[in-house]
Amino acid sequence: MPIHAITPEYKGEVLDKLENFNGNQVVYVGWDHHLMFCAAFAYPLPPEMPFRALLDDVMPEAFSLHPEFSKINWDKAEWLLDGQPFIPQLNASLIDQGIGHKSLLRFQTPELKGVQEAGI
Amino acid sequence: MAKKLNIKDKYRLLTRDLDWEFSYVDRKDAFPFEEFEGIKITDWSKWEDPFRLTMDSYWKYQAEKEKKLYAIFDAFSQNNGHLNVSDPRYVNALKLFLTGVSPLEYQAYQGFAHVGRQFGGVGARVACQMQAIDELRHVQTQIHAMSHYNKFFDGFQDYSHMHDRVWYLSVPKSFFNDARAAGPFEFMVAIGFSFEYVLTNLLFVPFMSGAAHNGDMATVTFGFSAQSDEARHMTLGLEVIKFLLEQHEDNVPIVQKWIDKWFWRGTRLLTIVAMMMDYMLPNKVMSWKEAWEVYFEEAGGSLFKDLARYGIKMPKYAETIEKEKEHVSHQAWWIFYTHGHAAGFHTWIPSDEELDWLSEKYPDTFDKYYRPRWELAKEMEAKGERFYTKALPQLCTTCQIPMGFTEMDDPTQVCYRDSVYKGDRYHFCSDGCKDIFDDEPEKYVQSWLPVHQIFQGNCGGPDVENVLSDFYRMNLGEDNMDMKGSPDEKRWKQWKGVA
Repeated sequence: MPIHAITPEYKGEVLDKLENFNGNQVVYVGWDHHLMFCAAFAYPLPPEMPFRALLDDVMPEAFSLHPEFSKINWDKAEWLLDGQPFIPQLNASLIDQGIGHKSLLRFQTPELKGVQEAGI
Repeated sequence: MAKKLNIKDKYRLLTRDLDWEFSYVDRKDAFPFEEFEGIKITDWSKWEDPFRLTMDSYWKYQAEKEKKLYAIFDAFSQNNGHLNVSDPRYVNALKLFLTGVSPLEYQAYQGFAHVGRQFGGVGARVACQMQAIDELRHVQTQIHAMSHYNKFFDGFQDYSHMHDRVWYLSVPKSFFNDARAAGPFEFMVAIGFSFEYVLTNLLFVPFMSGAAHNGDMATVTFGFSAQSDEARHMTLGLEVIKFLLEQHEDNVPIVQKWIDKWFWRGTRLLTIVAMMMDYMLPNKVMSWKEAWEVYFEEAGGSLFKDLARYGIKMPKYAETIEKEKEHVSHQAWWIFYTHGHAAGFHTWIPSDEELDWLSEKYPDTFDKYYRPRWELAKEMEAKGERFYTKALPQLCTTCQIPMGFTEMDDPTQVCYRDSVYKGDRYHFCSDGCKDIFDDEPEKYVQSWLPVHQIFQGNCGGPDVENVLSDFYRMNLGEDNMDMKGSPDEKRWKQWKGVA
């Protein structure tokens, strides 16, 4: 039973459906083992945005406050898309490579251990 | 003149005798909420009234308490009691309480008024109606206690409006909305039992002793004045559980599921108390970890031993919760510190003495995982670059807290869980929050997640600053940002004559 309600066949209104975001979709981006940022960031992005634009134009504003961000070798960074290993194609759009509404992208930089090597 | 009634007769007439036989309405139509949750009540007359109190004596006792309470509020105000608090940082705990907790008293009043109508048993109805009036009294006395601070400090002015809108206040608000949107029996297990009986000590005892340790007589006094009410509420919570479990064995698995759910939701909500104890009280009472051990592990442990005879087990996530006591206060204050521009109260880096206190209280985790964060924050502050996060965080669909909690066995890695329901993906901070969603997805697809609401354009804008000032009604530069350099701090220094 998807809900225990007094109303038979009760259906909840999906508040975060794609149509509500004015043409954007929500994409979350988190840096594993780097807790200076308390949580992954949420971005409203056009589904047609190329991955390169996410990397070059969207992420730096918030992520660049981290002293290690400028040291990332993006060729070596490992990515997870919704928990599965993922190799981004820089020139393809988000949606064409399976990054959908409310997808979570995580990147890992094993050679960078965070501030004081404490995962920060 | 009629003979005066003895206490026993008066009690019977004013409680149990308020019920009547239904001659032309089906009882099921009169109490339509009683069956859909699957709870089986075979005999309401087995309900034992948890407190033998009639309405006339209730009014008499409460009126006496009010008189004393308001006399102390007056004295506090006339003597400029706010000047006696330990440190102006303390007042920020009150701001969080007024915006985050006091409105829950009002929601509790609404919830108990509802179940006080819907239960088929008159004893349960009368007890819930009295608790409803208590809760209304609590929200009023809390507002009155804090109104004095509103004259001298920022951030108190729009607590009710903020409760309905501000991102982090959606956490307590949605907690109570969830309970009130459930059936009457789940509401009672959620609020009457899990919250009032087991977890409330972790809210009120640290908060009131925190007030005492920090010279806040107004808050101490409303705490004491609420104490006898709280004692009644706890008795009601316990009676509900025992009654449900004794009525029918089919109720046991349903009650167990609710206990699992509401203990998890309750511990997530209490994260704000954890960070208050460890970070916001200038004079510390005890650490969150110690409070958790005393009030949950010891007191709660013996309660669950008592309930074992009904087949009730410890809440499902008790083992995770035990590990979390080492981490959650630090992770929560970091969320607020890094979002200090978007908070309706001030945040700060703990002093060196406080950092040492935290190391002492958390020898296994603080220096390893959390002190380095504060050293980074200090470095940035010294360079004139106080750290404020520049993008909005991912939120948990169930508890609505930013997804900043880690795996408990890997405290440098955020804990990510998700579910796909009807083609949409939903994210959670923990197994507990995921399981709650998976059990009732049609309920939680309706979560009003503040970050997503901002993106949808439902909170004004276009910039975060506009959301904060226009939609949340924060006075930017006064209510928010770091304690250092705040108008609160400047005024305090003037009052105290220090540079």
